[in-house]
Amino acid sequence: MYSQRDRAVAFLMLMPSIALIGIFVYGFILQTINTSLLDWGTNPIANPPLSANVVKSYVGGANYSAIMTDLLEFSFRNSLVNTFFFTLFFVGGCVLVGLFLALLLDQKIVGEAFFRTVFLFPMSLSFVVTGTIWRWMLQPGGGINILPTFIPTLEPIMFKWMSSRQTWLGFEWAQVPTFLTYVGLAILAFLAVNYALSGKRSPLIYVIVAAVVLLTVWLAGWWDYVWLPLDTPEAEPSIAPKGFNAALIGVIIAAVWQMSGYTMAMFLAGIRGVPEEMREAARVDGCSTFGVYRHVVLPQLNPIILSAMIVLGHISLKIFDLVFAMAGPDNAQTIVPGILVYTEGFRENAFSKASSIAMIMLSLVAVIIVPYLWTQLRDEK
Amino acid sequence: MKKALALFLVLALALTAVSAGFAQDDLSGELEIFSWWAGDEGPALEALITLFNEQNPNVEVINATVTGGSGVNARAVLKTRMLGGDAPDSFQVHAGEELTGTWVVAGRMADLTTLYQEQGWMEAFPADLLDLLTYEGGIYSVPVNIHRSNVMWYNPATVESLGIAVPATMDEFLAACPAIQEAGITPLVVGEAWTVNHLWESVALGVLGAEGWNGIWTGETDPAGAEMVQVFETFGQVLACSNLAEDAAGLSWQQAIDKVVAGEAAFNIMGDWAAGYMTTTLGLEPGVGFGYAPTPGAVGTFMWLSDSFGLPVDAANQANTLAWLSLLGSVDGQNAFNPLKGSIPANVNAVAAAPDLYNAYLQSAAADWSSNALVGSLVHGAAANERFMGDFNQVMEIYLSSGSAEAAASAMAAICLQSGACGSSM
Repeated sequence: MYSQRDRAVAFLMLMPSIALIGIFVYGFILQTINTSLLDWGTNPIANPPLSANVVKSYVGGANYSAIMTDLLEFSFRNSLVNTFFFTLFFVGGCVLVGLFLALLLDQKIVGEAFFRTVFLFPMSLSFVVTGTIWRWMLQPGGGINILPTFIPTLEPIMFKWMSSRQTWLGFEWAQVPTFLTYVGLAILAFLAVNYALSGKRSPLIYVIVAAVVLLTVWLAGWWDYVWLPLDTPEAEPSIAPKGFNAALIGVIIAAVWQMSGYTMAMFLAGIRGVPEEMREAARVDGCSTFGVYRHVVLPQLNPIILSAMIVLGHISLKIFDLVFAMAGPDNAQTIVPGILVYTEGFRENAFSKASSIAMIMLSLVAVIIVPYLWTQLRDEK
Repeated sequence: MKKALALFLVLALALTAVSAGFAQDDLSGELEIFSWWAGDEGPALEALITLFNEQNPNVEVINATVTGGSGVNARAVLKTRMLGGDAPDSFQVHAGEELTGTWVVAGRMADLTTLYQEQGWMEAFPADLLDLLTYEGGIYSVPVNIHRSNVMWYNPATVESLGIAVPATMDEFLAACPAIQEAGITPLVVGEAWTVNHLWESVALGVLGAEGWNGIWTGETDPAGAEMVQVFETFGQVLACSNLAEDAAGLSWQQAIDKVVAGEAAFNIMGDWAAGYMTTTLGLEPGVGFGYAPTPGAVGTFMWLSDSFGLPVDAANQANTLAWLSLLGSVDGQNAFNPLKGSIPANVNAVAAAPDLYNAYLQSAAADWSSNALVGSLVHGAAANERFMGDFNQVMEIYLSSGSAEAAASAMAAICLQSGACGSSM
């Protein structure tokens, strides 16, 4: 199909990007993996991390086990919990708000283009700008908190947006392995049922099943041993409870405000892609307006919901600038892994520890992105 | 271009080396000064640069600034530059462990003891200060200014209307607290997270005293011991007198001071850059519009922090940097800089040379500087290395989330061990 010459030209054209991405993306990922296995910055006095002749020796997974188990590294574990809840509510909020706005705009209202622009506009701001605006609006002694006082006799809200210590859905860090075991078992059960019903046999499934079983056993066994004695109520009654921190609400509001216009645009495009004939056919069959959306339009939006969740999910796992601008790097209640990488690395000079946090962030994002890419590539074939 | 520049620098260096016992106007080439003095502090640095250029007209000064209070961003940029082999000729750094623990132990700074001896600075700077600048017998930076961390600010009118004396001890402060609260006034106002840490170091100094505080860093005070538990217990009582549970997190240090000035709060503990804010920005007269006292329990102790400059061993223009440093430490240099910055000179001879330059607050601070016991600030980089400073936030979080003084003290011992900042006895 293609001549030798075409192939050669194509290769030459691609060469610069391959080289640049190879060095600046994959090369540096490898270097970060390498750094995360060293003891660079572990001992600031005996082995100064910024010295020209710093000695870097391999310590295996010591940095990883330190951030997972060391009592003083509870910030990292809190940041993981924060990331979990932030992702949950940010992605969920964007999808719901975006869908709602798209449905409203689909009603052929006057000035649709105007509203579309209005809702999409926040996305054109950088997270730093959004964070600064919302930081002002969520000041404890001003902004949104004093809105009620414009109506006589109402008291201002006393909610501490960025510094509240109230938590919901609390759990102990030590329960995480047990919880993950349940998730693993659920996946296993789902796959088993799925394959029993489809009657297909695929070698891949055995690999997946084995991996899940192994992972589950590993989580339940090893983590129980390693985590339980340290970050538990017995060891430290005060820091062990994790949960959804009320201080995150403000950050979630700001993030949803910024990104829901984007999901709205995606959904609107999807809705517009549903052929009018299908809707009409449904109406002829006696479907209500709600029924048309529920049974005709929404099912066709599934792929868009998936894309939106993936795009938003990786943004939320890597979030740094919004939290940095809104709450600052030292606000323990809103700590996220991205900020920890910066403070551990460039403030405390613990480069290896920062690298191991960065690698965990990368694996979290990979968990979302890789299956998506994999299915995309498979579909293209 | 780069090659020509490099050649030029080499020639310049060679020239300065050849002309031994150089006269200052022989200097030429460039001098790159790296600092975070961009905004309000810019004019003070400009004054120094102008003075330097008068003495060395042939040197081109490159003023490289990275904005961000307390150097939060500048320090990260500096690290990438130093690691990348692109050291500035001289950079701003908090004097003490922030310099020693990061750059001196890494072998990246040149020993300036000879410069100190040549300039007669061994007597011009207080011995307590030189102690904290010294690492294994060498002195590695020249302090430009001194700020005081342990100052308690108040509005004289408020204190008078409350009918209380300005508390001199922690017990007096805690005893006065309920009455102030009953009058509907916040006894002590704090702001965002770092100002709470700032308050902690003053409380700790008040409880431990100068010797006990210094003992943390030499290993003589047990970081998990009864004294440290006492520090956190007192800290908790002080916080109970504050607005921490209300609007603290949203207040900058200026807004906290504003509350004192407005009479909504009785006291605030903040470094003496607050004096600059009140005199320059708010137009208040020291002693009349605002009052000041050492923090409770620390009368006669001066907790200092200082901006200093040093000489990186990799600096391209060593001779120019030495000329810059000699200007910084000199009476002229210190008097050009400090009145504009709102700080006092580290050089004890400077104020006497030109007392008119300094307002009433700065004069009293300068008097304390040359007579008080001097201890280094933790939060502002003098007393402990960067690892300890970063980890200290974790200790604070443990205390604020649990309210357990014992847990905080044992965490304190743990970070001492991790950072190696608490002396050799650990």
